[in-house]
Amino acid sequence: MTLAAQVARQLAARARWRPLEIVFWLAALASIFLLPSRHLILTEIAILGLFALSLDLILGYAGILSLGHAAFFGLGAYAAGLLAKYGLVGEPVLALFAAGLGAAALGFVTSFLLLRGSDLTRLMVTLGIALILREIANRYDWLTGGADGLQGIVIGPVLGAFAFDIAGHVAYVYSLSVLFLAFLAARRLMNSPFGLSLRAIKGNSLRASAIGIGVDARLVAIYTIAAGYAGIAGALLTQTTQFASLDVFSFERSADVLLVLILGGTGYLYGGLIGAVVFKLVQDALIDVTAQYWQFWIGLVLVLIVLGGERVKRLAAAAGGRIARLVGRRPKLDAKAP
Amino acid sequence: MSRNGLVTASAAIVLALSAVDRAPAQDAVKIGLILPMTGQQASTGRQIDAAVRLYVQQNGANVAGKKVEVILKDDGAVPDNTKRLAQELIVNDKVAFIAGFGVTPAALAAAPLATQAKVPEVIMAAGTSIITERSPYIVRTSFTLPQSSVIIADWAVKNGIRKVVSIVSDYAPGIDSETSFKERFTAAGGQLVEAIRVPFQNPDFAPFLQRARDAQPDAIFVFVPSGQGGAFVKQFAERGLDKAGIKLIGPGDVTDDDLLNGMGDAVIGAVTAHLYSAAHPSDINKAFVAAFKKANAGMRPNFMAVGGYDGMHLIYAALKKTNGATEGDALVGAMKGMAWESPRGPISIDPETRDIVQNIYVRKVEKVGNELYNVEFATFEAVKDPAKAAKK
Repeated sequence: MTLAAQVARQLAARARWRPLEIVFWLAALASIFLLPSRHLILTEIAILGLFALSLDLILGYAGILSLGHAAFFGLGAYAAGLLAKYGLVGEPVLALFAAGLGAAALGFVTSFLLLRGSDLTRLMVTLGIALILREIANRYDWLTGGADGLQGIVIGPVLGAFAFDIAGHVAYVYSLSVLFLAFLAARRLMNSPFGLSLRAIKGNSLRASAIGIGVDARLVAIYTIAAGYAGIAGALLTQTTQFASLDVFSFERSADVLLVLILGGTGYLYGGLIGAVVFKLVQDALIDVTAQYWQFWIGLVLVLIVLGGERVKRLAAAAGGRIARLVGRRPKLDAKAP
Repeated sequence: MSRNGLVTASAAIVLALSAVDRAPAQDAVKIGLILPMTGQQASTGRQIDAAVRLYVQQNGANVAGKKVEVILKDDGAVPDNTKRLAQELIVNDKVAFIAGFGVTPAALAAAPLATQAKVPEVIMAAGTSIITERSPYIVRTSFTLPQSSVIIADWAVKNGIRKVVSIVSDYAPGIDSETSFKERFTAAGGQLVEAIRVPFQNPDFAPFLQRARDAQPDAIFVFVPSGQGGAFVKQFAERGLDKAGIKLIGPGDVTDDDLLNGMGDAVIGAVTAHLYSAAHPSDINKAFVAAFKKANAGMRPNFMAVGGYDGMHLIYAALKKTNGATEGDALVGAMKGMAWESPRGPISIDPETRDIVQNIYVRKVEKVGNELYNVEFATFEAVKDPAKAAKK
């Protein structure tokens, strides 16, 4: 068998749907019918999940660490808001594409800044871009509403047929559908040779270029795609809340999405989705219990979850080993002592 | 946890959620209280939450045969959160009122929901004039910035202040106060030499104060949201503006009772116009301040607290008037024109604009005993929102 055929077979094997994946999406589908009163928070989870998925594409697959991913989220959010407010694109799905394209264009332009430098440089550059965009949105308040937010957005019915309702049913089905389609596309892409080459770059970019992978072009491509995804997530937020404010660009949003992704695990596409489910539900439960001090508890819970499981065991094992060594050493020291 | 484990666990969580679906109780009246309990505006949330709890404690949880239940939610002053929380409260918890709203953007974000669901939105804090015009279901028990900005402009002109630099937070309430002050002050012959706007979030006042000082005005007119006054006065003193003989005037947000005591002697002599001072000399207020301090480990109530306290009174009174009926139109109808004696003095709800009509007091910061207070020395009675009056 040739090498190419072997690789093709391996890729095909990776791309096969596993039972747990099917269960996951069936559960998501079931939530539409079983949890009608929780659709508002589920919509937020779907949007956060899509946003985290977008970060996974660059962090989990290409190894680009970003602290400013909200730049694209925010651009998408404001783009969708402005398109609807000024009646340029009345239909939400079209507006979603337009907002995604806008964010992707920004991603393409700024991706060149990331080609040079290490992780630390990238952190600073991405952070800076988000801050700049936030300040632009703040300054041009005749267009964006500044610190008061973009008011008076009216979103038309989805596909001209389904108007957004106050209980958020349409919003949830719409967001979940977008998430699912975006997920399918990402899954296909990451199981293609392109996705494989990204993993190679993440593993060792020098070696990847030595075996003939065009590192820069691939990083530009994936960063552009991820930016488009983030833009779509932002546009979804604006469309489902009919509102956009400067907060979409905030550092907290970039940091939160990184947290969500790390919580769920990077590099396997489901990490962002699971992280979003866990993060939002824990947050919601804690706010109900203590509206004033929930931030303290969520911090604690997150630290425990991330450290939890395997790591605690490993730490315990390491600590146990060290203690055993110390205990074991003591008689020797005693023996050496005169 | 392994990845597969995580997938199964989250699927299980989603399914398990159906079990905790909330069922609305029949004879309870729920009030959704949305406040910034975390973040920069947390002091506003703390004050209002404390006042609401005090009101319920003093007046009992039963009104017109129904049990009042307050559901507190934290929006961190982020309007996206406000909107989602308001929507959840209306749809899932079936609240009869949404109340609170620490900042203007938050109040505006919830306005379309109030209209759509016909749920009264009681504004207990936010102070931009336009808010009540955004929905026929919005009623306000706090204040509007033009109310006090116009009065302080009159006072300044009468007391020989001719040259003023204004410093306001760059968002709707700040711009409101700057505009209304400027109009009244320049019309009366005053001169606004410079109008400075500072960022709403994480402001550093020092460079702006330096610019203001260089213009050598008689006074600085300042509006910063509740909670930022401490930082402002500190930098005001650090830059030596007090020693340069520049007076500090403005709406009373800057000499907020909550923070006033910690501002130091530099703030003594600041003259502000406002709706409430903890030193307001009435029996109702003395009882209110004493009860509030007792219930909150000595915390002094500020104008936010009184907005929350009166908001609860308005809700209770409206429920009594409708005999416990919770239709939005009936409740808003009951609230219109309602008048009562609040700790801040006599107040009423303007039946036309649903905005608050109240006395505005001119006060000076003085040392009373060992504590700093805004001591009232002049009263302008039953002030309506001047910005709305001007539009007619």
